[in-house]
Amino acid sequence: MKSFGYTLKQSFVQFGRNLNMSLISIFAITCMMLILSLFFILVINVSTAAETIKGDYDSIEIFLDDKTTPEQADDMITDLKAQDGVDDAYYKSKEQAMAEFRDRWGENGYLLDSLEDNPLPNSVVIVIGDLEKADALAAHAEKFDGIEDVKYYKSTVDKLLEATRFVQIGALVIMIFLIIISIVVVSNTIKLTVFNRAEEISIMKYVGATNWFIRGPFLGEGIIIGIISAAISVGLTYFVYGKLVDMLGEQVYQMLSMPMVPVNFLIVNFAWIFLALGVSIGSCGSIISMRRFLDA
Amino acid sequence: MIVFDHVSKYYKSNVGLDDVSVRINEGDFVFLVGPSGSGKSTFIKLLIHEINADKGSIKIRGHEVTNMSARHVPILRRRVGIVFQDFRLLPKKTVYENVAFAMEIIHKPKKLIKKNVPQVLTMMGIADKADKYPDELSAGEQQRVAIARAIINRPRVLIADEPTGNLDPDTAWEIMQLLNQINQRGTTIIMVTHAKDIVDKMGKRVIAIEKGRIVRDEFGAYGYQEALENAEMTFDTIQIQRRDTSRIRFRRGGDEK
Repeated sequence: MKSFGYTLKQSFVQFGRNLNMSLISIFAITCMMLILSLFFILVINVSTAAETIKGDYDSIEIFLDDKTTPEQADDMITDLKAQDGVDDAYYKSKEQAMAEFRDRWGENGYLLDSLEDNPLPNSVVIVIGDLEKADALAAHAEKFDGIEDVKYYKSTVDKLLEATRFVQIGALVIMIFLIIISIVVVSNTIKLTVFNRAEEISIMKYVGATNWFIRGPFLGEGIIIGIISAAISVGLTYFVYGKLVDMLGEQVYQMLSMPMVPVNFLIVNFAWIFLALGVSIGSCGSIISMRRFLDA
Repeated sequence: MIVFDHVSKYYKSNVGLDDVSVRINEGDFVFLVGPSGSGKSTFIKLLIHEINADKGSIKIRGHEVTNMSARHVPILRRRVGIVFQDFRLLPKKTVYENVAFAMEIIHKPKKLIKKNVPQVLTMMGIADKADKYPDELSAGEQQRVAIARAIINRPRVLIADEPTGNLDPDTAWEIMQLLNQINQRGTTIIMVTHAKDIVDKMGKRVIAIEKGRIVRDEFGAYGYQEALENAEMTFDTIQIQRRDTSRIRFRRGGDEK
């Protein structure tokens, strides 16, 4: 710890002396990180969207015969509320259903005015608390008298979750790949500077410097490179993604009826992740590149 | 005290040291002489654990040097000062920084560094060069910096590997005076050299090594003709080695039949 100040000072000296190589490394890592951030944004938005959709679809709708009376429906509701895994169950009249339908169609809702009869059925909606029980509940609902159909969106939700998982895993693989590339780039950059200084390192060893003492400034150099890259990446991401949300947020909300993840929420997590990433890329890079020269 | 006890070191094709036993007392000034490739460098490299002995034990003030773990090598090197023929100064550091570096690696406080470095530079007669870089100095001045760096942590042993090899006779003699001074303050000095006149003039203990063996260990003279050493002798050694290998090859071929 006594030598921390020395190491820190030497790190900056070294960073400055190898300014060209340092800048090239920073450029390369920043590019890598920007691509990473693209994937991060994608994954975070997809995951959030998936959560939202899952919330929307975790219900079973039981469509009732027109002959079924509200009393029968009430019995069903009482029965369902007693079941395991049911958060709520309520009656939805055909008028309510039509109103919702009209809402969803928005400006085009007037088209529905031409309908003479309301073709929509009355229904009972079950809000599922525990998705594990969804199958059993659907089967249970099928057994009621006076029902037309039981609509349950499990397959939709499943497909959605599957797609989400695919995106997540794909992105993860690509991200790991990119991180490895970054480490290789940094270690090669530092290797060049180490190579130039191989003689210096051997002299330091003759004088009795420990490997960690020699490594320190190089490690510091790598970490400085990592931190600067992370700062640039986070800054750029903040700026670009912020603009993107400003420009597209409205449209995305209208088209998919879900919001983009807000930039301020995103960037805090980003900053930490990228900082950690930058520091580890920088330090791994320098340690790997020095191994050969310190073994002797 | 440095003790070599039946130390051997073999390389792939030739012998480095062959069953060498020697004792160097605290405060001695010892010259290590012999033809090129005789084992002098091996002797030095073993002392600073740049290479490891195949057989035997080497002790420096009671500490075993052979089979030392990599972690302890830096500690050994701090206890033993080293000066090389080619100075080996850090090119991007000033004279002051070069000497200070030896203190920095053992985490000496800055205050002490600021006090000791100028002292040693003054002792070496280069106090006015403190802010120069090595390439701005003459060879003699560079060697003074190297010596300053080697002794700043007050090692009990100073190893000098042909320290005057790159210097003109006058400068060489100045360096020898400095080493003598250091020796008189109690530091053991082991110096590898080819300089006959220096060895003769100093009149110290001389250990001669040939083909990995100690062939002479006495006080006084260099014992070789310098001309022979520098030109013919090396040529001779090469010839002998060639003859040796051809003989070995021949013999080996014979065995196989």
